[in-house]
This record gives sequence, C-alpha cells and structure tokens, in this order.
Amino acid sequence: MTRFILRRTFLALSVVMTVMAMAFVLTRLSGDLAISIAGPGSTQADVEVIRKAYGLDRSVMVQFFDWTRLALTGDFGNSFFFKDKVSTLISQRMPVTFTLGFTGLALALVISLPLGIVAALYENTWIDRTASLLVMVGQAMPSFWLGLILMIVFGLQLGWLPISGTGSWQHFVMPAIVLAFTAVPALTRLMRSGMIDALGSDYIRTARAKGLSRSSIIFKHALRNAAIPVVSIAAVQLGFMLGGSIVIETVFALHGVGYLAWESISKNDFPVVQAVVLVLASIYIGLTLVSDILNALLDPRLRGA
Amino acid sequence: MLRVKELGFIIGLGIVGLVFVAAVIGPWLTGHDPFAQDLNARLIPPFWMEGGSSQHWFGTDQLGRDYLTRLLYGARISLFIGVLTVVTSGIIGTSLGVLGGFYGGRIDDAVLFVITCRLSIPVVLVALAVVGLVGSSLTLVVSTLGLLLWDRFAVVARATTMQIRSLDYVNAAWCSGCSPFHIMRHEILPNISSHLMVVCTLEIALAILLEASLSFLGLGVPPPLPSWGLMIAEGKDYMFFSAWVIMIPGLALFTLVLGMNMVGDGLRRAFGTQVIK
Repeated sequence: MTRFILRRTFLALSVVMTVMAMAFVLTRLSGDLAISIAGPGSTQADVEVIRKAYGLDRSVMVQFFDWTRLALTGDFGNSFFFKDKVSTLISQRMPVTFTLGFTGLALALVISLPLGIVAALYENTWIDRTASLLVMVGQAMPSFWLGLILMIVFGLQLGWLPISGTGSWQHFVMPAIVLAFTAVPALTRLMRSGMIDALGSDYIRTARAKGLSRSSIIFKHALRNAAIPVVSIAAVQLGFMLGGSIVIETVFALHGVGYLAWESISKNDFPVVQAVVLVLASIYIGLTLVSDILNALLDPRLRGA
Repeated sequence: MLRVKELGFIIGLGIVGLVFVAAVIGPWLTGHDPFAQDLNARLIPPFWMEGGSSQHWFGTDQLGRDYLTRLLYGARISLFIGVLTVVTSGIIGTSLGVLGGFYGGRIDDAVLFVITCRLSIPVVLVALAVVGLVGSSLTLVVSTLGLLLWDRFAVVARATTMQIRSLDYVNAAWCSGCSPFHIMRHEILPNISSHLMVVCTLEIALAILLEASLSFLGLGVPPPLPSWGLMIAEGKDYMFFSAWVIMIPGLALFTLVLGMNMVGDGLRRAFGTQVIK
C-alpha cells in the first residue's frame, strides 16, 4: 500500500511539472509579450522599457526556471493589471469558487443519486426512460444559456434572486444550480449503471434467497457497493467543476477564480493566467490522487495498478 | 414496431440531418445577407409575436441583420467546427490510444501519462487563454479544440485495442509476417472503428457546445460571423426586454447538441458497447 501511494504521488507530481511547463508555454504563444502588454499605440522605446521591467529580455529558459522556482514556493509574481501579487489575488478569489464548487457538487449529488438509483430499480420502464431523457437534456443544455434563462425567470420575472454579483448567499443560488446541472448527467449515468451491476450480482441473489426485505437489499447491500465509484468520481467531478466554473462565474459576474481568469485573459495579464491554469490543474490532480488512494484503501484489488 | 430507444436514434438522426441540410442550403433560401445591417429595422420581433414582419421570419438583431439567415449561417459554423475538431482530435487520440493499447509496457505508460496530463488541464480555461492571447479566429478555435479534445478517443481506442490485440486474427496477421503498422492499420483499426464512431458523435456535440461557450465569452469565433454562442452574447444586453433574442439561437444550439447526443447514444446501443466516460 505504501508503495502504491508513493508511486501515485510521484506520478501526480510529474503531471504537475508537465502542466507547469505547458502553462508557461501557453502564455508565450502570443509571440512578443512585451508588445501585447504595452498595447497599441506604444512606441518602440515603451516596449523596450516594459521588456526590461518584466524581465522579458532574458532567455526563455531562464524565465521558465525563474518562474518555476518561485511558483513552487507559492510566489507567482505580480499581476500587470491589478497591481497586486498574483497569489494574493487567487487566494482572495478562491473561497468564492470553492463555495460555488461544493454547493454545485452537493446539489448535483442530491439530484443524481436518487435519480440514478430509481432508474436502475425500474430499469427499462418509463421511469428509467424519463430519467435518461433528463440526462440527455442536461447534457445538451449550454450552461451559459441556462444561466441566462434562470436570470430572466428568477431574477427578472419572479424577482426572487439577484441577477449578478457576489454580495450574499442569494448570489450563489443560480450559479450553483447551473453548475450542478453540468455534473448531473455523468453522475446519474454512473449511479444507474453501478446500481444495475450491483443488483445483478451474486451477493444480491444470495441476499434475496435469504429472504431479506427489498429495502434492506437495496440500501444495505446494493447501494453500498454501487456508491463507492460514484463517491470517488464525485471528487474528480469537483475538479472538473472548478475548472469549468469560468463560464458560469463570468455569466453571473461572480468574482471567483474563474472570473479572475477571464478578466486577466482579456487584459493580457499573463502571470495571472498561467497561475490560475496551474492552480486549477493542481487541485484537479490532487483530488484525483486522493480519490485513487481512497479507492485503493476500500478495494485492495486496485492496488496493483 | 419501433422500440423507444431506436426511436431516439431516428429522431436524433432527423435533427442532425435537418440542421445539416439547413446549414448547406438555408442561407441562400432566405433572400437576406447574414452580414447586411439595416439600422432602420433593428430588433424586429419574430413573425409570431406582435410587431413581427413577414420580411424577417425570426426578426432582426440589434444591427438589423436578418436573424433566420444568421441562425442558418451559424449552423454552418457549428457543424464546421464540430466536424473539423473531431477530425483533428480523432487522429491524435486514436493514434495515441492504439499505440498504447497495442504495444503495452513502456509505450503504454507514456501514453497513459500524456492522457493524465491532458485530463488535468481545464479545457475551457486553456482554450480561452489561447484564443485570448493569440487573437480570435475560426482556424484557431478549431485547432485549439482539436488539440484539447482527444482524451476520450485515446481512452476508448486504448481500451478496445487491448481487448482485441491478442485475438486469433491478430495473431494470424503476426504469423503471416505483417508489420506492426499494417496490423494496427488493417486489423486493429477497422475492428475498433464502431467504438470510435460513438466517441466521434459525442465529441462533435461537445466541440459545438465548447465553441458556443468560447464565442459567448467573446473569445471564440470573431464577429461579425454569426456563431450561435456569439449571437447569444450579442443578444444578452437585450434579453430582459426581448427574450427571444437569446431563446432562438439557444434553442438551435440545444437541439443540435441533443440530436448529436441521441445519435451517439443510439449508435452505442446498436454496437452494444460501453464507452468509458
């Protein structure tokens, strides 16, 4: 088990390093950064000053190692636009994104687990078909469009919720619903197929043969086994949701990390962009690692991998 | 009698077919130019609403451009981006997956590592960053999405290749002296193609959705091209007064993606495959 954990941790760290390199390359794709920072209408002299000031006159490799060295200590440099430390900016905005992510995930689980279970129990009946129709609809719904519709209905027509901003808990309701909507299809499908597999297995047949009650079979035997993969996927899903919240945060002007990323992308603020990419990727990698280890703890068969 | 699931497939195929035909011939039929502005005829509502005109069936946008023509033209963009993205990502993902699944060992470790790295990157964020930092254009959106969305192809190609690599016909090919490339190309690939087709449809749907999201955020297809996402973004400022401006392109997007997914789901059932997600 220790070997498994060590191996996985090493793997996760190498992925983080690769992502670091990619995040760095990503921001150099635009060609000459000094020119884009200086903006249109700047003179050659301005560009030179900026190049010097931001250390862009050094070789790319030197810049990369310098950035990596500092990034590993949590120092991502200064933002060009906000005139503040990037790490401060991100840690200020992170709670909003986390709140949104956790609420969204909790909501998604509350919807998708019962839906998946019921669909599995009534496999191939109209209940199952309705559930799969809902999954289909959820998958095809563009999240930003759903957000706008909610704004029109709940914000404008009913006037129940604020349309955009970050002020109070009411501001999180609509974004969380939209974010949950993006995770429901995958989780429902997984819960349904896991439950169907569990219900068809030998230990359920044994439980039936022993004459256990239906509810005891479903909840004590089938559900416990079917829930393990769902819970571990939920952790990975949270990572996806944090990364995907950029669209939703922008729609609702919710000032989280996603919104920060969008602002800095439109302002060519590349230290922020590369830091956000790295931070979100690292969170995802960390969550996957934790879920892998938890899975291996619960199911020794997975430790060989 | 048709079973419900097959019905879903047929409906999906119908939707996609309809959108395809509309995208190809539609813009010529409406008699309007998708880019022609008419500031005297701004935000005319669709014909079924009060104040609608028979001249513009779906009304006009904030610059007086015919909405139906732009919608149909937007279908072209969506399909174009969906298909081209999947061609790129399909080639990358399938090559990686088949290589890893076929050789196993070190090569497979490397392939798995690349897949893990790709999965840890937040797609929307990176796509936005690339388009934002380099400058928006149709080609850039297609190539960025193509370079990002190959993960499911790789995962599925790898898993299915592993399943069949030691089957009799593959061994027979080895024995008759075929090169590894020949075996991958002529024995493995045809036999995993049905699984890959399912992934294709689902990924086209995903690419269309992502393009719309990018364009909505202003970092996708550049204006004045009528991408559906961009139409929603442009209509956003008027949506509280005339909701139809965002409802029409949104519904079009939703329907196309739904149809695509239904086709994919139908194919998956027809081939009896479980695509890993």
